[in-house]
Amino acid sequence: MNRLVVGAHYGLKDWLAQRITAIVMAVYTLIIFAATLGGATASREAWHAFMAHGFIRFITFLFIVSLCYHAWVGIRDIWMDYIKPAAIRVTLHVLTLLALVGYAGWATQIIWRL
Amino acid sequence: MPEMTKQRPKYLALHEIRLPLAGFASILHRVSGAGLFLMLPLLIWLLQLSLGTSSDSAEMFAAVTGNWLVKLILLGLLWAFLHHFCMGVRILLIDVHVGVEKQQAHGSAMAVMVVSLALTLVFGLKLLGAY
Repeated sequence: MNRLVVGAHYGLKDWLAQRITAIVMAVYTLIIFAATLGGATASREAWHAFMAHGFIRFITFLFIVSLCYHAWVGIRDIWMDYIKPAAIRVTLHVLTLLALVGYAGWATQIIWRL
Repeated sequence: MPEMTKQRPKYLALHEIRLPLAGFASILHRVSGAGLFLMLPLLIWLLQLSLGTSSDSAEMFAAVTGNWLVKLILLGLLWAFLHHFCMGVRILLIDVHVGVEKQQAHGSAMAVMVVSLALTLVFGLKLLGAY
């Protein structure tokens, strides 16, 4: 029996991940916005102290991870929609992934050494 | 049956196709997301400079954010973020079956466009140092 199996079955998982990471980032955005109204960006010292706080560092890390996962799904979808040749597509996927992993490490390192 | 013989588009004449507002807002969601992704290194670098303890990083931050080209890019990214944010909220609402009807969906797409542009104006003036 010849059965053609199509797709890699990551659709639902990624759909859900895109929503969860979006909610994490939206909530984080509102927290940071509220903090700026509360004077967290009034001076460099205030900003530094705010971002060095344990809880803020924790949620900033969650934001970084969410952003990179969210961007991975979104950018990968763009490549899948517009880039047909497999070799170019795979190359772009790999470059996107490498860039995002690097950004995640860079951003985490910035907040972790405060 | 004259209806059967009516002319149908045989090809996609892009200049004749009117994308509905919701479709326009949707493609902007993709464009804004791509723009934010491409400019991530700039944003992370600015975060690094803003949190640096040396006077060098303070001077560098002031110099970079004082550059008019950087200001223009940041203004564009501000809109991109706000549009992506508002459109994301719209998508999440539609996911839970809020505003699925055609009329409501058109209205919410309009709201996304208007609100994100208005907020870009409000925060953009702050970014440019107007207040």
